[in-house]
Amino acid sequence: MNNSLASNSSRTIAQEVVREITDLLYDYVLCLDDDRLEEWPDFFIEDCIYKIVPRENLRLKADLPIWFCENKNMLRDRVLALRTCSVYNLHYDRHLISNIRVKCQDDGRFYVHSNYAVFQTDLIEGKTILFCTGKYEDEVVFVAGQPKFKVKRVILDTYSVPNLLATPV
Amino acid sequence: MLDNVTWPSTDYSRVPYVVFGDQAIYNREQERIFQGSSWCYLGLEAEIPNPGDFKTSFVGNTSVVVNRSANGAVYAFENRCAHRGSTVVRELSGNRENYTCIYHHWCYDHEGNLIGVPFQRGLKGKGGMPREFDKCEHSLKKLRVETYRGVIFGTFDHDIMPLADYLGPRIRDILDTIFQKPIEVLGYMRQRMPSNWKLYWENATDCYHAGLLHQFGTTFGLFRATQEGGSFLGACPGHSVCYSIFGSDEGSVSEGYEGIEAYNAEMKLNDASLLQYRDEDSDQRGLIIMATFPSVIFQRIANTLATRQIRTKSPNEFELYWTYFGYADDDEELRRMRLTQTNLVGPAGLISMEDGEAGVLIQRAIERERHASSVMEMGGKGPIGDQDHLVSEMSVRGFWKHYCDVMGYVPGSSS
Ligand code: FES
Ligand SMILES: [Fe+2]
Repeated sequence: MNNSLASNSSRTIAQEVVREITDLLYDYVLCLDDDRLEEWPDFFIEDCIYKIVPRENLRLKADLPIWFCENKNMLRDRVLALRTCSVYNLHYDRHLISNIRVKCQDDGRFYVHSNYAVFQTDLIEGKTILFCTGKYEDEVVFVAGQPKFKVKRVILDTYSVPNLLATPV
Repeated sequence: MLDNVTWPSTDYSRVPYVVFGDQAIYNREQERIFQGSSWCYLGLEAEIPNPGDFKTSFVGNTSVVVNRSANGAVYAFENRCAHRGSTVVRELSGNRENYTCIYHHWCYDHEGNLIGVPFQRGLKGKGGMPREFDKCEHSLKKLRVETYRGVIFGTFDHDIMPLADYLGPRIRDILDTIFQKPIEVLGYMRQRMPSNWKLYWENATDCYHAGLLHQFGTTFGLFRATQEGGSFLGACPGHSVCYSIFGSDEGSVSEGYEGIEAYNAEMKLNDASLLQYRDEDSDQRGLIIMATFPSVIFQRIANTLATRQIRTKSPNEFELYWTYFGYADDDEELRRMRLTQTNLVGPAGLISMEDGEAGVLIQRAIERERHASSVMEMGGKGPIGDQDHLVSEMSVRGFWKHYCDVMGYVPGSSS
């Protein structure tokens, strides 16, 4: 999305706003790591986009995702599927995020970049692997004073997914 | 380590688990199947539309380059320098007039011919290659290439039968359907699978599991075992097709799935648009999955169009490389459906993530097993043929029959 982000950083934005957005990101990954998937959709507004895009597809015009929710109901459906019918590896996720940079747009949206790494621990032998790494490209809006994701675009540097990707990043 | 195996049954209804974890068997597969007399999927012509376009691909675990020459023809060669073995091309794709190896700058043309050796005549009368060194004898290892409907296949066996005969009319018929119009590649999905590649092959040819393991499909109504459908074999039993007619089981689902946990009639999606698709088939087949021995699966499920290439890495690891595409003349709505339906397939697919887990669960349990075998009798024992229903493992047995033929394994009687 916004390439000028690096040059025009958080400095011009109220520290209070930056802190709230940073908290949003930290709360988001805490929610996932705690396996509170039912709460995951509530980090988003109804009219949202959540997509995971393998980095090798960025050079193509379609930037084909492997996961593409186009509204909050689709997030709810992912959770419904994971809880009721999907079969996937039993594991814990552990997200680390860093390098959070916030930039404001005129229309009241905040463009936020951050880096993430997800470690996965399997529940059979307790082994941990670096499951994937990449960056979040988010658009955050404030609704009734609360920051929410309007867009969360997960760029997957690890474009060859270790086996399968079931739980949200 | 073994490289010979006794098959416990003559109808391939038993598969000895030892074939999924043994290095010597894996080596023999590379030699006899991938380096041998097979047409292997390399890519799609739409990926290299212009002269000079190339992409890197794999045949088994061998890296190859497939490219289009100035005259428009498609060529492929092994990606290993004829000098001292360096990888020649490192990029996934691009456009080149020729290929210069980074190590000592030997240079090759689109066909893989050696066209330049720096300092071949030496410098100031010193050094250089011997006078009798002939560049013609040091080309890259070439594959024979043929295409069908824009799908590029290659082989290391230059005496193999033509591609069209290798596939046969029934496989060509499905390719005619899936590649009925010019395509546009939309992107790639990759999965690094910690299991033997043949477990995935078994999975892709197994109609029986689809309506059970993939509960999202049965619960919310895409694929169900109760639908009309079936399977048939190609020119060799290593090729097979599974198809079903979505929605053809209205009224019979509850009865069919009675007592089976995979189906829950009560559950509904909040946004059912994920399940909406446009019928693109003259025979209303919502699902077509075609496995073409030894390395590619073609699919159209709802409006998802994809090839899935198997790139072997070791006895217990392979990469599944999905190429996802649409038709060049897709209208906006259809293109949007194809993009939304990426949710169904690939590593995070709601009707495909389970396949990765199934492979691991098997690999983990059988890796050290030297004696036991699996049991495949769903749809009957004995002769291997077509099926007009979906509760069948017949095509999996077809794969094993062809595999044994190519590997030189003779099925014996049970001991
Ligand atoms: S290894 Fe390629 S030029 Fe020497
Ligand atoms: Fe499957």
